[in-house]
Amino acid sequence: MSLEPSSVPVLPRGVRLHFDKVRDGWVLLAPEHAIRLDAIGHAILSEIDGINSLGGIAHDLAARYDAPVDKVGADCEAFVAKLVDRRILDLV
Amino acid sequence: MTVPAPPIAMLAELTHRCPLSCPYCSNPLDLARKEAELPAAIWGDVFRQAADLGVLQLHLSGGEPASRRDLSEILGHAVAAGLYTNLITSGIGLTEARIAALADDGLDHVQLSLQGTDAEMADAIGGYAGGFARKMAVAGMLAAAGLPLTLNFVMHRRNMHQLPAAIEMAIALGARRIEVATVQFHGWALPNRGALMPTLEQAREAGRIVKEARARLRGVLVIDYVPADYHASYPKACMNGWGSTGLNVTPEGLVLPCHGAQEIKTLRFDNVRDRPLAEIWRDGAAFNAYRGTDWMQEPCRSCERKTIDFGGCRCQAMALTGDPAATDPVCSKSPHRARIDEMAEGFSQSEAELVHREA
Repeated sequence: MSLEPSSVPVLPRGVRLHFDKVRDGWVLLAPEHAIRLDAIGHAILSEIDGINSLGGIAHDLAARYDAPVDKVGADCEAFVAKLVDRRILDLV
Repeated sequence: MTVPAPPIAMLAELTHRCPLSCPYCSNPLDLARKEAELPAAIWGDVFRQAADLGVLQLHLSGGEPASRRDLSEILGHAVAAGLYTNLITSGIGLTEARIAALADDGLDHVQLSLQGTDAEMADAIGGYAGGFARKMAVAGMLAAAGLPLTLNFVMHRRNMHQLPAAIEMAIALGARRIEVATVQFHGWALPNRGALMPTLEQAREAGRIVKEARARLRGVLVIDYVPADYHASYPKACMNGWGSTGLNVTPEGLVLPCHGAQEIKTLRFDNVRDRPLAEIWRDGAAFNAYRGTDWMQEPCRSCERKTIDFGGCRCQAMALTGDPAATDPVCSKSPHRARIDEMAEGFSQSEAELVHREA
């Protein structure tokens, strides 16, 4: 799946963020999967609302964490592409 | 003794009742009666305990879970407990109204079983006339209700040639995933080995088809694949390690380390009516019997794969060697492997008739 900065990711029904209080961390729940998230993964997924584009998400996160937007954009794209391939994220 | 990590997944067998009578049913031979089934309120308590223990994913299964008239109430308890809910169903017994209610209640996902890709095959395997047509109608209702769908295609010698059609059907029905599972020979499937065992050529062809389809359908359809057990070189990593990841609760409340564990007659199982779930998980005799690697014999004990496949399946070791602590005889390192090859070859050439599950 090739992604563009204008691509808009969305969490489809059946995929949701969940705070796992027993293991004290965020997980992404999807069919047959509970994916443990690190801080970066959680930050990216928290920005996904079906409106904001990948480029917009990278811009927002770069500003918030005072990080280079190119680097953040590449991280976002790689993270989202993997989940789109696994049909865990959709593109609007 | 170290405290085991908490489980991630729980399979709740709400009932053993089912309108279908598949010859490879994974329910035990000794089916639980309706009168013995846990009421919805007790399931609710079990779900809350499971969530507190660390379970994230709940599979509502059976039998046919839709055979429970209080399915919606049971689901409501699971959603309230914060669990990810997955309904594993044949579709029979679901109506538009019931599906709408389940979707409203917050059901996360549905797995719909597929016995074949046409009515002739599916209804012959499921032993239920009209089942296939009904299932297709239900698939449409699930899509209309917006519920995400996985198709579960159970394969064996009689329907393995339908694998390409099953993959196409999954896409046509809007499924995001398909589970392609070759029949595992336990319980009801054991006496059906002659009727169901795939040939080596079929098993190889299925692997080739899955590999090609995965590459072609990346981003379209996810394919989970369980290859033919008797034709493999290494055993399946049963339950990803006994007592490590998941647990199973039977209709009457027995807590099992895997759904087939009752085949091992030396094990004793606790009931959720008698003991807290956390205690059963941590201290239950059945869970500790084959947890970790200390129980292993040779060739597992010194094997570099012992934390990859965990010695394989305890129930299969029991059924085929008489010793549940033996290496799964499917393993190429097992001294019993030659027998597996003989059985795979012999059963795949058999002309045995299907024996359906009893009601």
